[in-house]
Parts: sequence; structure tokens; C-alpha cells
Amino acid sequence: MSGILNSSIGRKFAMALSAFFLMIFLVQHFAINILSVFSADTFNEASHFMGTFWVVQYIFQPILILGVIFHFVMGMILEIRNRNARKIAYVKNNGNANSTWMSRNMIWTGGVILLFLGLHFYDFWLPEINTKFIEGDMSGTLANGEYRYFEELQHKFVDVWRVALYCLAFVFLALHLLHGFSSAFQSVGANNKYTRGLRGFGKAYAIIIPLGFIFIALYHHFNH
Amino acid sequence: MKLTLKIWRQKNADTKGKLVDYQIDGIEGDMSFLEMLDVLNEQLINKGEEPVAFDHDCREGICGTCSLYINGEAHGPDRLITTCQLHMRMFNDGDTIHIEPFRATAFPVIKDLVVDRSSFDRIQHAGGFISVNTSGNTIDANAIPVNKHDADTAFESATCIGCGACVASCKNSSAMLFVGAKVSQFALLPQGKIEATERVLNMVKQMDEEGFGNCTNTGACEVECPKGISLENIARLNREYLAAELKG
Repeated sequence: MSGILNSSIGRKFAMALSAFFLMIFLVQHFAINILSVFSADTFNEASHFMGTFWVVQYIFQPILILGVIFHFVMGMILEIRNRNARKIAYVKNNGNANSTWMSRNMIWTGGVILLFLGLHFYDFWLPEINTKFIEGDMSGTLANGEYRYFEELQHKFVDVWRVALYCLAFVFLALHLLHGFSSAFQSVGANNKYTRGLRGFGKAYAIIIPLGFIFIALYHHFNH
Repeated sequence: MKLTLKIWRQKNADTKGKLVDYQIDGIEGDMSFLEMLDVLNEQLINKGEEPVAFDHDCREGICGTCSLYINGEAHGPDRLITTCQLHMRMFNDGDTIHIEPFRATAFPVIKDLVVDRSSFDRIQHAGGFISVNTSGNTIDANAIPVNKHDADTAFESATCIGCGACVASCKNSSAMLFVGAKVSQFALLPQGKIEATERVLNMVKQMDEEGFGNCTNTGACEVECPKGISLENIARLNREYLAAELKG
């Protein structure tokens, strides 16, 4: 087992495992965010629970951040090795004849998602860390005693440019997932009678989840 | 048919190559692509010029020797064929055709369109075999019952001719379809199970040492493979490798 991460297949396996983890996280993130559309109170309570429960804060959150970093670093390592595997490019290459644009551009769609994560952390994660761990305010409330989470969410989506950037990033997330979902299963060796169905489910996942996030951003932009 | 050919010319492995333009006329649709290159070479020789070097042998699509990247695709625009089975009827009068060698760090160009694919041989040497007692006690292969589905699947994997189109088509120059097929053809049969663990570990190790890239599941290899080797072989390779790592 010691050499597994030094092999091409081992690296792909590790990449797929981190992808599964991140895809499960996306569902959880979406499930909480969509609450904000239906009920501000439920969204506030869910957000406060996630933001203060020690298991989430001190175990799941560090694992999530490490998972994102691992996925990105491993993606870069694979990309560098793959570029070295063909140092002289074809003068004429017809990639569209045999593969999808999404499958050939995972590094670029992933790069855009990473840039978006920078903005997303700046918007939500860093202010949370500042409020809770630097200012020491774990109450999750505003001066009037009401929960602050729904208020902060709506405030962020007032700016049309921020909303546009979020929507664009989610389009790239969809493109990344359209290949990434089924690719992760192939990387762990899952290719059988269920593969066709799994691909269909993967496409639905890759469209519905990002579209849902776009809907949430637009909903709060037009309803603040 | 009158064509403009843009052919990669490279003196040897140490020199830089470039595309050179050639005009060719009188090409019939029933000619194979290699016959078209034969006509061109005849013209070049008659003019006292160096003919274009390219690999070919059986010209029946079974040896895996021909290896051209034509208009941006391994073995050209047709499917389930090698370059020698590509006919000129796939092109139109006045077309410009780009002809390049298979490109990968593990497939260095020897001359013009000829590449060194001995890296595939070294992967095979690392484990693409079964050890059989040949001292007179050899058991007839047919004496061991094999599930029909497994036998058929193993046979499909064994149809890989090792041409390298998978590597050439893959944006990462990955050899996993080739290695997957070679591992699968033995892993599915009882005769191959004895050495299964060390086989897959050794073949993958050799594949990585040769400098092939990592599979990112684009599926280009499956589409361009002249024998229709499927991505299931790569999934099986992944399973075999991970199981071998856990055992070993």
C-alpha cells in the first residue's frame, strides 16, 4: 500500500475519493442553502447549528478544507505529469471527434471553481471566522437579538456583479461535474451494468445542483 | 482526386521536425491511405528526393504497425480501422490532409512518421504473460472450464493489437487502455489468476516508468481504438491494481 500514491492509478483513485467527498458536501451545502428560499427561520437555525456544533466546526470543516486542497493539488500534479507525457503537441488535433469539451478541460473548469472559492471564502467563511473566533461572538445574532445568517446572505446578493460572478462560477461547476461525476466512478473501477444509469444520474446531478445554487443567488438578488 | 498533403518530416530523433507541403494528383477513392503514400513516395524517389518514412506491415489491420495521426485523429477519420484500412474515399477532391506521427514522450519519433513503440514491449515483458510448465506436463488449456462470458470478454480484450492509437488519441498520452486490455485478457481466465497480483503491479509500474500520462477518462482511446477495446478494461485495470495493492 505504501506506493499507491506514487502510481498513476493510485493517484487517480485518491482524486476520485476526494471528488466523492466534495460531491456529497455539495448536496449538503445545497440542502441548507435552499432552506433560505422557503423559510428564513429554518435557514437561520440550520446555519447556527452548522456554525456552532463542534463536530462540524472542528472535525468536518478542517476535513473539508483539506479535501479541497488535496483535490486541487492532486489535480495539478496529474496535469503536470500529463503535459510531460506529450512534450510536442500535435499541429492539428481534432479532440471534438472523440471526447467532450468538459472531459478535456477539467483543469480549467476546476481552476475557475477554485478562483470562485476564493471569492466565496472572502464573502462568507472569513467573516464567520472573524465573528466567531477573533471577536469571540458565538451567539449568531444581530444587535436586535435576531439570527444574522439570513440577513447576511441576502445582503451579499444585493450586488449584481457578485451575483453574476456566482452564476458564472456555477456554470463552470456544472461543466466540471458533467465529466467529473462519472469519471470518479470509472477511476475507482466501477464500470458495469449500472454505468449507463449512473451516467444519467451524474448528468442530472451536474445540472440540478449548480442550477439550484444559481436559483438561490437570483432569488435573493430579486427579493432583498 | 487532387490533394494537398501536410506531412511531418523529421530527419531523426535528435533533430526538429516540421510540416512539409506536397501536392498529389490521380488518387482513386479505392486506394488505401498507405497506397496513397506509396504513390507519393514513388514521385519523390523519381524526383531524387527522400521518401516519407512510415510504419506498415500486414496492411490488413491485424499487426498494429501502421500509426499515423491523420487530420487530428489516430488512424484518420474512420472508426474501428487502422491506417492501412483507411480508404481515400473518406476524403474529397481538393482536401488538405495533415499527417503527423503518434505523439507521446514514450513514443519518440525515429524518423518522419515512424515512432518507437518499444515501451509497449517493455510493459508486456513486465507481466503480459502466463508462466506455463513446458516440461511435458502441460495441461491442455481446454481442460480447464471457463465461463462463456469471461472467455468472450477475455477474447475481446485480447484483440488489442498494441498499435498505440489509445496513447496517441489521449490528451494525456495515457496507455491505460492498452495495459487494461493486456491485464484483462489474463485476469479473466483461470490460467492468468495465479500471477494476477504481481502482473498488474509490474505492468503498471513499467507503464509509469515509461512516462505515459494519467487516464482522465475522456474516452478518446475507446473511440479511436481500431479494435473497439472498451473503457471497461481500464475500470478492470483499476480494480485489479487496487486489489493487488491491498494484498501486497
